[in-house]
Amino acid sequence: MTAIPRETPVPVSAGTNADGLAEDARRERWQMFGLCSPALLLVGLVVFIPVGWLFWLSFFDAQGALTFENYERMWGSRSYIRTFQTTFEISFIVTGACVLMGYPLAYMLSQLPQRAAGICMIFVILPFWTSLLVRTYAWLVLLQRQGLINTWMIDLGIIDEPLRLVHNFTGTVIGMVHILLPFLVLPLFAAMKSIDRDYLKAASNLGASPTRAFWQVFFPLSLPGLFAGVVLVFVLCLGFYVTPALLGGGKTIMWAMRIETSVNLYANWGAASALGVVLLIVTLGLLYVLNKAFRLDKIMAGPR
Amino acid sequence: MSETQLSLPISVRGITKSYGRFKALDDVSLEVASGEFITLLGPSGSGKTTLLMVLAGFSRPDCGSVRFGDEEVIRMPPHKRGVGMVFQNYALFPHMNVFNNVAYPLKLRGVGSADIAQRVERALNLVQLGAFMERRVDQLSGGQRQRVALARAIVFEPRILLMDEPLSALDKKLREQMQIEIKHLHEQLGMTTVYVTHDQREALTMSDRVAVINDGRFMQLDAPKQLYERPRSQFVADFIGESSFLPVEVERNEARLNGTPLRLAEQPSAGGHQLLVVRPEKLEVLTNGSGGDLNCLTGTVKELVYQGESFLFYVSLDGGAEIAVRSPSRREALAVVPERGQPIRLGLHPEDTILVPAQS
Repeated sequence: MTAIPRETPVPVSAGTNADGLAEDARRERWQMFGLCSPALLLVGLVVFIPVGWLFWLSFFDAQGALTFENYERMWGSRSYIRTFQTTFEISFIVTGACVLMGYPLAYMLSQLPQRAAGICMIFVILPFWTSLLVRTYAWLVLLQRQGLINTWMIDLGIIDEPLRLVHNFTGTVIGMVHILLPFLVLPLFAAMKSIDRDYLKAASNLGASPTRAFWQVFFPLSLPGLFAGVVLVFVLCLGFYVTPALLGGGKTIMWAMRIETSVNLYANWGAASALGVVLLIVTLGLLYVLNKAFRLDKIMAGPR
Repeated sequence: MSETQLSLPISVRGITKSYGRFKALDDVSLEVASGEFITLLGPSGSGKTTLLMVLAGFSRPDCGSVRFGDEEVIRMPPHKRGVGMVFQNYALFPHMNVFNNVAYPLKLRGVGSADIAQRVERALNLVQLGAFMERRVDQLSGGQRQRVALARAIVFEPRILLMDEPLSALDKKLREQMQIEIKHLHEQLGMTTVYVTHDQREALTMSDRVAVINDGRFMQLDAPKQLYERPRSQFVADFIGESSFLPVEVERNEARLNGTPLRLAEQPSAGGHQLLVVRPEKLEVLTNGSGGDLNCLTGTVKELVYQGESFLFYVSLDGGAEIAVRSPSRREALAVVPERGQPIRLGLHPEDTILVPAQS
């Protein structure tokens, strides 16, 4: 009779393989870093180097001498301050108008059945597929003195004199609202879609009328999406160029148009760079304050 | 508070709800006594949740009547019905903490803030979450959310409580614990409760009566024991517990299985083809000579599975059919556990010999 040999267990002490396992972990981290390095490199190339260059340029005058005059000019000149005010005024009004029009629109879309919502969504996204320039010129055609809107209103007897709808503040706002509305509707719609309908049922079951259920449950839960849209629209407004340039008629001057004049008219790269730097800093500062106030990082991550 | 104020009877009559051609509810009627705990049990798509939604007012039926007490509520909007409800996913408001969630129905009813604080505390203590008032909803575990949802549904003292598969997201141990807790809570508060589940054990554990529902119709409405021991259709016998079915011929009040007459506790209700319901745990392994007063089945053991608390073995009967047999892993039962391939005799008590009509 032969005894079946039993396996002798390998002695294992507390620290066995610890060094090897730690090295595997380290190597894995480096591999992960290696995988994202192309993206990091790209961001470095297309963001940090140009912005740094811009910052550098802003400290030189037209003759190439080191100077602070590009920044000093902004404090001193009334026309710069006016531009600054106009930019913010337009940004606030456009953002406000987008909220007033976009919230009900997003709400309606979110409540429609899947198929109908999809079709309506196409109409919201459709303008994205058309050139910004074309859309802006279309507004010019619609809004001008002899344009479609003025002619119709006169024919219908609503007004006697054509309204001044374009080449001014009004025209700029109308055009910008149209172009920026989808940027508010899309994140807001996504946030509203993710609100479980059971929350509203629960509110209703607990005794809330439809109006109360909306304001006390749906609206607060849609705020993250609303803030995301508002920030997006507002920041885009601050740097908007084409639409105000065409519909503002040279009287409504926004920040980006100033930059363009500095480069094209005065060939002053230093002044243009300084304007760009200030706009960037103001935008970042604004985002920082909003972030502090509304916890945007959490909002951007979506509602839980 | 008097007994009548704590709970209301529910009377459902002739409710039909169709989606296109599909009838989610087909002429359903149900009388729930005041203070009763009734469970709607059925597979998914059977219409059990639809019926609950009709009671809550979230689903509008095509026709029929729903009365809470003497009041017709069929056209009343949900926020005026005053019934408590626990949702399957709890539906706790994520932008409110635990206290505000539970306080919400009281605020809507214009209760004073001192009173609110007191009642919320009492409701949360009832579900053992008194210490969690300031927590955010996302800081709670599944079981805790479940309790908060329960507290929110009972804090305004509704006379009717509806629950839509409230325990389905919890793990088994917690689920069983919550079943007992909800049962106690019901005994303590006494509101009429309609509970929806697809878990038959849960239904049997908690309910005064269980309504088995399938294809939008009630199959059987009975107390748990009746339902399990005396199923009246193949569907109910199959859905509740495990069952094998053996074809039986009934002639002149005598039922025959493969020609052998069966001893029955009750007279068979109808003639012709019927099915014998064989539940695995009702069968007894017979040793030589025993089981003279039982119905006897013979066959061969095909497969043997040890499941801890019991043995499960599959027996190929001499008539050709295959049935499952469960034998507890108790000492005296272990002694007679057969081996694979061995012939076996099984006994079925006449009281447990149930016939149901064959489904067409």
